[in-house]
Amino acid sequence: MARITLDHIRHSYGPKPTEAKDYALKEVHHEWEDGGAYALLGPSGCGKTTLLNIISGLLTPSEGKILFDGTDVTNLPTEKRNIAQVFQFPVIYDTMTVYDNLAFPLRNRKLPEADVDRRVNEILSMIDLSDWAKRKAQGLTADQKQKISLGRGLVRSDVNAILFDEPLTVIDPHMKWVLRSQLKRLHRRSGFTMVYVTHDQTEALTFADKVVVMYEGEIVQIGTPVELFERPRHTFVGYFIGSPGMNIMPAALEGSAVVVGNQQIALPKRPAVACEARLELGIRPEFVQLARDGMPIAISKVEDVGRQKIVRASFEGHPLAAVVPEDTEIPADPRVTFDADALNLYANSWRVETGA
Amino acid sequence: MNKTWNNKAWFLVMPVLLLVAFSAIIPLMTVVNYSVQDTFGNNQFFWAGTDWFTDVLHSDRFWDALIRNLIFSFVILAIEVPLGILIALNMPKRGIGVPVCLVLMALPLLIPWNVVGTIWQVFGRVDIGLLGHYLRILGIDYNYTQDPVDAWVTVIVMDVWHWTSLVVLLCYAGLASIPDAYYQAAKIDGASGWSVFRYIQLPKMKRVLLIAVLLRFMDSFMIYTEPFVVTGGGPGNSTTFLSIDLVKMAVGQFDLGPAAAMSIIYFLIILLLSWVFYTVMTSQDAKS
Amino acid sequence: MLELRNVEKVVGEEVHIRPTNLVLERGTLNVLLGPTLSGKTSLMRLMAGLDVPTSGSVHFDGKEVTGVRVQDRNVAMVYQQFINYPAMTVYENIASPMRIAGKDKATIEREVRKAAGLLKLTPYLGRTPLNLSGGQQQRTALARALVKNASLVLLDEPLANLDYKLREELREELPRIFAQSGAVFVYATTEPTEALLLGGRTATLSEGRVTQYGETIDVYRRPGDLLTARTFADPPLNTVAMTKKGQVLHVDGEQAIPLPPHLGAVPDGEVTIAFHPHHLSVHPVSDASAMIPVKVLVSEIAGSESFVHVDYRGNRWVMLQHGVHDVEADSSMDVFLDSRHLMAFNADGHSLNMSSGGV
Repeated sequence: MARITLDHIRHSYGPKPTEAKDYALKEVHHEWEDGGAYALLGPSGCGKTTLLNIISGLLTPSEGKILFDGTDVTNLPTEKRNIAQVFQFPVIYDTMTVYDNLAFPLRNRKLPEADVDRRVNEILSMIDLSDWAKRKAQGLTADQKQKISLGRGLVRSDVNAILFDEPLTVIDPHMKWVLRSQLKRLHRRSGFTMVYVTHDQTEALTFADKVVVMYEGEIVQIGTPVELFERPRHTFVGYFIGSPGMNIMPAALEGSAVVVGNQQIALPKRPAVACEARLELGIRPEFVQLARDGMPIAISKVEDVGRQKIVRASFEGHPLAAVVPEDTEIPADPRVTFDADALNLYANSWRVETGA
Repeated sequence: MNKTWNNKAWFLVMPVLLLVAFSAIIPLMTVVNYSVQDTFGNNQFFWAGTDWFTDVLHSDRFWDALIRNLIFSFVILAIEVPLGILIALNMPKRGIGVPVCLVLMALPLLIPWNVVGTIWQVFGRVDIGLLGHYLRILGIDYNYTQDPVDAWVTVIVMDVWHWTSLVVLLCYAGLASIPDAYYQAAKIDGASGWSVFRYIQLPKMKRVLLIAVLLRFMDSFMIYTEPFVVTGGGPGNSTTFLSIDLVKMAVGQFDLGPAAAMSIIYFLIILLLSWVFYTVMTSQDAKS
Repeated sequence: MLELRNVEKVVGEEVHIRPTNLVLERGTLNVLLGPTLSGKTSLMRLMAGLDVPTSGSVHFDGKEVTGVRVQDRNVAMVYQQFINYPAMTVYENIASPMRIAGKDKATIEREVRKAAGLLKLTPYLGRTPLNLSGGQQQRTALARALVKNASLVLLDEPLANLDYKLREELREELPRIFAQSGAVFVYATTEPTEALLLGGRTATLSEGRVTQYGETIDVYRRPGDLLTARTFADPPLNTVAMTKKGQVLHVDGEQAIPLPPHLGAVPDGEVTIAFHPHHLSVHPVSDASAMIPVKVLVSEIAGSESFVHVDYRGNRWVMLQHGVHDVEADSSMDVFLDSRHLMAFNADGHSLNMSSGGV
């Protein structure tokens, strides 16, 4: 278990980076706490895998240093960093039994066989494969193989960090729920530092204490799931987190009110923004209230997704989504109000403080 | 899985069937025909039954040649397979080295059998050959035309030189199909180099290795051209393999009947051994 | 109209598809929903004509097509993997089915442009697929299926290999794009949420059997049996064995819950009660809410909502709550079950609800 320090790290796959766009990973300078659960979240090509590879030691960053508990490990190879990693697709030793697969990392480190047995059995029951212990790993299903991979990542008790590279990609939805909650419980109990890479917001938000949202090689926000949801620092975070994502509409300022089309929405105080900045108003679909009074909208479609309904509408010519409970009646003359606390104002895509 | 039925497919297979019929089935039937009859070459045939087969199976000449063949194939496999794996493991995985190595490896495979024979025949000669000459200078008494051991060594080295590449290329293909994640996982798990080989590379190479062993076995068991060109089966009969013996019998002595019987026995042995090899190697697969 | 009559598929000892009857109308989107290996792909292969059923027959627009090869049917298929011709440009990829069909140049040009416009590929027509992102590669494959003007379009988990957000985008576009063509659409997925978002009709599959087929939201709301209810639940369905006696449901003689009216037909005795995670809450939502003491296993916070995993007498449940509820693990708490939304199943797994669907 260790604190991970990313000290002014930048990385470029090309030989001589000169400008910002040459970097696959733009400057990262952060400290990740010992025992924290972090998720790196972003679309493909956002640099999250690059950052993971730098932590695992597969890549040496072009610039900057990486420290585990204050010790510089920038130039240490993977095997010397004392980490565990779980990959996107199952990596198992076909010819070994399930038991031996899990015991492998321990035996390689010359742990007494009694300890090996205890740890392996603990993990076996956790991943629910105790009955399969003596089976050859080869004939198992993808689900089971990935569970073995997960188990091998968790079996050692002395690692600095456990890295997960989209580990639930091949898992069926139902099993995802089980494995995710087990992983979370295990993290609470063991206190490992865990880093989890994914493009799936649900996985990232539910797993992590702190989610690191990445976009085009840059960290756009690090925050708790609640912060990312309620106060996205960048319009990208608003769009990427939440399903559907945040409604973002071009806006203007008039005094301390935001103007969208013909509608004026009051803010608690006048935000400090430069007058030439491009302004946008952001409101989560969860905070758009369907009502009889308020601002008019034109509904184009209502999607009934079981536990709630997603209302797709047009508001002052801009698309607007609203999420309403499952038994809501859709009024004939639909109008909406926005929760005042949930308004976010963006200048040139970055959030400005409005006192909300 | 039964697919949709399509009779047109048979027309597409027809040419191949005809070709196989002319190149394999008809000659084979001719050989069977010869093996059960006696002829004096003037197109007069007498029924001989299984006489030729009994004769062949009771001749020391046949058994000596068969044992030579088996030893040869065994030695060839024992050298070429491990050597091939070793070279494949050490070949570069990316960069400019890959095509260079692949071309170098493929070169011996592109040379015709008899040319390989001729190359080594000249190369090993004591009077004008580079190899023979320098071995002599080093004080080694080397002469493949007189010493049976030297003759064997020469034929084996020649075969290794010619065919190890095939094993290398097949293994390399097998290795190239292993995703990087496996190596990374092994590193993280603290696996030794031997463990990586034993638990990742070898299992992943198993299928191609099976093909390599089968091909090399069948090929080495049928070896003919190289020893024929280099040693002519000598000195004495020391490098007279079944195929060479067969040609001597059929073309040299015109003993068509026994030669035919022998080639059928030869054919059956290859079939049987290949089948044994195949079942033994695949049964391990099925067990797991 | 695609019709499967008693279609069965057995390979060796293994039953891939149990006898299935299904009628899919033209111009509809039909979702095949089920976990991996439940038979979605096998069923699609039978529909396409890639496999011949062991017994039963396949009909299209009233004509029997059981033994007809896939080449001779008008079928388009899109897979989970992005399958395109790597050496051809996007334009040529999209044009390829029309070139095979021998369409004239002007038609090809027009159709390719149209499909590319619909799938937002116009700027990439000159590139080769390997220089595109995953989303664009799959859009190319979809465009190719579109221009083929097939009467049966099979989409086998087409979004599974895409990023979460790209999935959302394409999922919204797909029904719209394909709605106009009047073909029969079949869409396989493992994700219940995806089925709900796509709408249309859904057939739930479990171990090679179609357990229910109907309007997607109906199948979700009124599952005919427990298997269907389980297949069509994300987060997973919560269940508990209860005993019904008179007007009360109880667990081991305790925890009495007044019988909700919609379960009036349930006979006295053992029943399996099931409910969705969002019908469990921290506060009572109506008079019909029953208080239940549970042990908290772990809580997951997903921004706008929380998933609290709890244990009730050995049953693992998930509670879905709006807002942030970070409850400490291993603590005890009282939760409220909205009995208006309970589902009841008998020992054979058949629904005992008054207005359940089913086959």
